[in-house]
Amino acid sequence: MTRLRALTRHRLFFPLVCLLLVLLLNVVVTVATTGSPGPFFQISLTNGALNGPLVTILNRSSELVILAVGMTIVVSCSAGTDISVGAVMALSGAVSIWLLGFGELKDNGYHVESYVVPYAVGLLAAVAVGALCGAWNGFLVSKLKIQPMVATLVLYTGGRGIAKVVADGQIDKVDVASYKWLGNFIQDADGHNLMPIPTAIFIAAAVVAVTAVVLRRTALGMNIQAVGINNKASRLVGLRSNRIVLVAYIFCGACAAIAGIIATSRIGGIDANNCGKMLELDAILAVALGGNSLAGGKFSLSGSVIGAVTIQALTTVLYSINVSADQLPLFKAIAVIVIVVLQSPDLKPLLQRAGGVFRRLALSAKRAGGPA
Amino acid sequence: MMRASKPWQGLKANFYGNNFLVLITVVLFIAIYVAGVFIYRDKNFGSLNSFFDMLNSNPGLIIIAAGMTMVLISGGIDISVGSQVAMYCMMFAYFMENRQANAYAMILIVLVTGVVFGLVQGALVAYLNIQPFIVTLAGMFFARGMTAMISPQTIDITNADFMALALRRIQVPFGGYVNAAGVYQTPFVYLSVVLALVGLLAVYAVMTWTRFGRNVYAVGGGEQSARLMGVDTKRTKLAVYTFNGFLTAFGGFLFCLFSTGGAVEKAQGFEMQAIASAVIGGALLTGGVGNVIGSFFGVLVQTTIVKFINFNGTLANGWSNIVLAVIMSFFIILQSVFAYVRRRRE
Repeated sequence: MTRLRALTRHRLFFPLVCLLLVLLLNVVVTVATTGSPGPFFQISLTNGALNGPLVTILNRSSELVILAVGMTIVVSCSAGTDISVGAVMALSGAVSIWLLGFGELKDNGYHVESYVVPYAVGLLAAVAVGALCGAWNGFLVSKLKIQPMVATLVLYTGGRGIAKVVADGQIDKVDVASYKWLGNFIQDADGHNLMPIPTAIFIAAAVVAVTAVVLRRTALGMNIQAVGINNKASRLVGLRSNRIVLVAYIFCGACAAIAGIIATSRIGGIDANNCGKMLELDAILAVALGGNSLAGGKFSLSGSVIGAVTIQALTTVLYSINVSADQLPLFKAIAVIVIVVLQSPDLKPLLQRAGGVFRRLALSAKRAGGPA
Repeated sequence: MMRASKPWQGLKANFYGNNFLVLITVVLFIAIYVAGVFIYRDKNFGSLNSFFDMLNSNPGLIIIAAGMTMVLISGGIDISVGSQVAMYCMMFAYFMENRQANAYAMILIVLVTGVVFGLVQGALVAYLNIQPFIVTLAGMFFARGMTAMISPQTIDITNADFMALALRRIQVPFGGYVNAAGVYQTPFVYLSVVLALVGLLAVYAVMTWTRFGRNVYAVGGGEQSARLMGVDTKRTKLAVYTFNGFLTAFGGFLFCLFSTGGAVEKAQGFEMQAIASAVIGGALLTGGVGNVIGSFFGVLVQTTIVKFINFNGTLANGWSNIVLAVIMSFFIILQSVFAYVRRRRE
């Protein structure tokens, strides 16, 4: 009994239950449409690539997982959200393609047919751009003490604008095969898949692993939480809180850039208007679903990762019951409301009070109905 | 300020206060506008028609920015307003065109829907203590999804009563110009602009001269202190979100009078435009500070920038976002400097 209580009190209990519920929903829908739960768990190997709903969910959630990792750190140490990550994704993707092709304009938009600079340079440039954006956000938040949401509103507004100017208002395409590796599978020259698992899953796993190791093995993780819980106090005990906040934002920007690289690689090009659109909100949602308080302080990286996968699993189940992409947010909203209301610590006393009122009403009704 | 023994001391305290930020916004707006008048002399930038155009295309944003400012002053945030506007537009379009609903009945229904929407959001924020960002994020998703549920199509409004309201012009007898064909263009505003300005003044009056308005400032300035002073903070928050729901529905109605149609993609990013207007107008997201009139000038500054880029004609549309971002940076850095100066003085 005590062990059960300890289990339910664990901070990952609730996020995990949510994930399992959504997966269960997936199974139910699969049973309803095909008659058996088999297809949902089926993983097949075709042309050297793993296929199946579970793989797809993990693959599609990679960008969100990476964004959620960066967002978790930012939320933890600055008690605010970075709403510019979607725009930073678009901007870093646009810059890397512009650099790779060096702006050769073809008939409709840029078509990069061969790299002008090595591929790695393009990727590094994207990450550098992301980090630079993060540094700007971090500077505004840590040095100028501007509320994170307002500070990042600047790049939210302007980032996509710069991306559009860089891409010249066109949808740029990259026609080099290797560009699509990161968002799909690593292939040899004949188009055979060399790696059975989608590359994006590796990247997301690597980002999570490296972040977790760095935060656990160094004092950084604890320092970030300390700054988030009380900025002033942690400065007084000798932490350079400003620098920690700055580093967190730079890291978040870099994460956004990595997510941007994957997103542009998936479609083999950049659409500055739609790359990473509304993804900042999903990332914040993932953090909240993972049981992290948006008011900062203690955080759980694994919670955010679970939250991100939950969102993607929910999206998958909704698509499979023919909910259109436009209607999707409605169901997401209902799920969010149910989850956060259940998580609210104020729910229990409120229900008890309501229960008390009902009981008193019932009691007085009984008295009124009894002998005078 | 009240304790100042000499008049100029109060003035000096005010200099670094919030009203000064509003003043800077006003000055900036006038500066940009006058620059536009000189740069685009040949394109009638300076005519009253051109100024009224800015108001005519933004009646919804004026009201929604005012509502947003109120929510920000209370220390909260409401990012659902853009999606809500899309939903209200779709309600108007769908029920009037596909269900032959009466236009005036629809206005009432939309306003009531707005109040209910705000009431639910407010209850979640105030009584369950869920962060406003998350609650209104869910509201944002909900309203956008609901818009697609009502109808995934783009519907244009042709309802006679509604279009009569939408096209109702109030003409001004002076300040026009003679166009290339030699015809005098009389400047005019739409009825929606008049409604928006009346609404703006009403919100300003409520925030300045009523107990509710002062409670909102108190709750935003410090919830604990407000509670100790005897303010019912939960009820105040509930009222703020409910009132904002009403204002959003009203703004959605005005927006619909301008755009006369419903579509899933309508009013995307509207919430950020409203927040940007409030920030340019001197509101702080930490709460307690802000001015509804300032946010109106925030709207005007944004609109003027877009107008500049449009009048130029050769710049990519990304530039208006970039310039807006630069102006926002300018304002938030200015706010930060003022906050620093204030801290130093204390």
